Amino acid sequence: MAPTRTSPTTTTPRRRQPLQLGGYLGLVLAIAIMVLPLVWMFLAGFKERDEIYTVPIQWLPEAYDLSNYAAALAAVPFGNFFLNSTITTVIGAGLKMLLGLTTAYAVVFLEFPFKKFVFGLVIFALLVPQQIVMIPNFTLVASLGWINTYQGIIVPGLASAFGTFLFRQHFLTLPISILEAAALDGASHWTRLWRFIVPISAPTIAAVALVSIVSEWNEYLWPLLVVDRADMMTLPVGLTLLQNNDGVTNWGVLMAGTVLVTVPVLIAFFALQKRIIAGLTAGGVTG
Amino acid sequence: MPTIEDLHSGLGRGPHRGTASVVAVTTKASSAGIVNTVSTPGVRRAFTPRKKKKPWKSWLLFLLFAGPNVALLIVFTYKPLLQSLYYSTLQWNLGSAAAIPVGLGNYVSWFTDPGTSRVVTVTLIFTVATVGGGMVIGLLFAVLLNRKLHGRGAARTIVVAPYVLSGVAVGLLWLFVFDPNFGITAALLDAIGVASPPWYNDPHWALVMVIIVYLWKNVGYVALIYLAALQSVPRDLLEAASLDGASPMRAFRNIVLPLLGPTTFFLSITTLLSSLQSFDIIQAMTKGGPLEGTTTMMYQIYQEGFQAGRAGYSSAVATILFAVLLVVTLIQMKYVEKRVHY
Repeated sequence: MAPTRTSPTTTTPRRRQPLQLGGYLGLVLAIAIMVLPLVWMFLAGFKERDEIYTVPIQWLPEAYDLSNYAAALAAVPFGNFFLNSTITTVIGAGLKMLLGLTTAYAVVFLEFPFKKFVFGLVIFALLVPQQIVMIPNFTLVASLGWINTYQGIIVPGLASAFGTFLFRQHFLTLPISILEAAALDGASHWTRLWRFIVPISAPTIAAVALVSIVSEWNEYLWPLLVVDRADMMTLPVGLTLLQNNDGVTNWGVLMAGTVLVTVPVLIAFFALQKRIIAGLTAGGVTG
Repeated sequence: MPTIEDLHSGLGRGPHRGTASVVAVTTKASSAGIVNTVSTPGVRRAFTPRKKKKPWKSWLLFLLFAGPNVALLIVFTYKPLLQSLYYSTLQWNLGSAAAIPVGLGNYVSWFTDPGTSRVVTVTLIFTVATVGGGMVIGLLFAVLLNRKLHGRGAARTIVVAPYVLSGVAVGLLWLFVFDPNFGITAALLDAIGVASPPWYNDPHWALVMVIIVYLWKNVGYVALIYLAALQSVPRDLLEAASLDGASPMRAFRNIVLPLLGPTTFFLSITTLLSSLQSFDIIQAMTKGGPLEGTTTMMYQIYQEGFQAGRAGYSSAVATILFAVLLVVTLIQMKYVEKRVHY
C-alpha cells in the first residue's frame, strides 16, 4: 500500500512557466466545478423564498437565519434519521469489519481443504449487484417480520467481500517472524489475531473501516425498501420526504435538509482525509 | 485482484484434493483435542500452516472464523441469486401468494416489449458515458494533480469529496443547480445568451443531467486511483525519453499510458459495476422519467419489482442484466489480461 508515497526520483524540479500557468488554470477550474454546487446548496439553506425564486440568480442570502433549518426539522423527524443512520452504520460497519478480519485470517493463516473455493465464493460475490438479489431478500426479510427494524436494514448487507479481499492482501505482506513469535508464545489464533495482527494492521483497518462507514452511511436502496415508517428511516431515505412534502419543491428547506445530511460527512472527510483516501486507493493499488 | 481463472480453479475440485491430502499426511500423528490448541507451547507449533499437527482442529477454527461470513453470503447473495432465476419463470406479484409458472414467458415479453429498446439504449448511453467519460476526465484530473503545483494536495481532497457524499443528497442539490429558471446552469447559459434546456421535462436532457451528476460525484475516485498509479511511474524513464527528444505528449502516450494499463483494467471493471448499479441519483432526480428517458435496466428492475409489483418480470430483467454483466466482466478479464503487462 502507501499509495501517496512518492519515489525519491520524483524530486527533480521542472521549470515550464507557460505550462504551470495552464496547470493552475486547470486546477482552479476543477476546484470550482467541485465546490460551486456545494456552496450553492449551503447558501440556499439560508435563503428566503423570494431570494431563491429570482432572476438573475442571487448568490448570497440577505441574512443568515436558520428558519429553513427549523422548517426542515419540524417537517420530518431528523433526530430519528440521525439516530437510525448512526445505529445502522456503527453496528453494520463494525460487524462487517469483524467478519472481514476473521475471514481473511482464516483464508491466510488456517488450513482447510476447500480454502480456495471459500475464498472464490467470497470474491465472486463482488460481482453480484445488490439489485439482482433484492426481491428474494426483500421477501425473506418480510417473512421474518424484519420490515421497519434495524436487523432488517443491517443483516442482508452484512457479509464482507471487499474487506475480506483487502485484509487478505494485507495479511499476506505481514512479516512472518512476528507471527511465529506469537505462535511460540502459545497464543491461540483468536489471540494472535487481536493481539498481534490487528495492532500492526491498524492503518489498513482504519482505512477500510472509514470507507465501510461512509458506504453504510450513504446506503439508500435497501433501507428504502425495508423501511416505510418515518421514525425508522435513515438520513438518505428520510431526506427525500422533504422533496415532495407539498407537491412544489421548497428549495430553501430541501437544501437545508441536504446540508444536514452532507455537512457531517464532509467534516469527517476533511478531518480524516488521509486515511479515507488511503482506504479508497487500497483496492486500486493492490489490483 | 484474482483472475477469473483463480475463481474457476476455486470452483473446480482438482487442485484441492492435492493440498488436502498433503495436510492429511503430515498431520496423521496428531492427537485429538480441540481446546488445548491454546495452551500447547513448543517449537514445532510454528506459524506456517504446513507444520500444523492437528488438521481438523485448524479446519474447525477455519469454520469458526470464516463460517459466519460465508453463511451470510450464501443466505443473502447466492441463494437469492438462484431464487431470482426461479422467480423469473413465474408470473408473480410481490407479496401475492399466487404464482403461475410461465417458463420463459417473462423473457419473451421483455425482448418483445416495444419499450425494451429504449431501456437498453438508455442503459448503454448512461454506462458508456459514465464509465468512459469518468475514465477520461479522471485521468485528466490525475495528470493535473500529479503536476508540481501549489495546493494540489488540497485540490485532490476537494476533487474526491463528492465521492463520499450520499447519492440522494448529491442528486437533490444538483436538481437545484439545474433548475431551468433559478439554477446556476440557467444563469451561466444566460450569460452567454443561451436559454436553459428543459432538464426536468425532456427525456434526452434529463439523461444528460443524471450523467453529469454521476460524473461529478464519482470522477474523484477515478482520479485518485490514476493519481496513485501515476506517482509510481519512474521519473527517470520520462527524463530519458525527454533526453531522446520525445515530446511530453509522445512520452505520455508511449510510456505512461501503457504503464497505466493494469490501473485502467481495474477501473474499467469497478466503474462498470458501480455505474450499472447506480440508483440513488436517478431516484432522487428523475425517478426514471420523464417518459422513461432515464430508466436504465437497473432502475427498471426496481420499478417493475417494487412499483409495478411484477416481481417475476423484474427477476427476468435482473437475470438478463446479471448475465450481461458476467459476460462483459469475463471478456474484460480475458481480453485485457493478454494486453496488459503487470
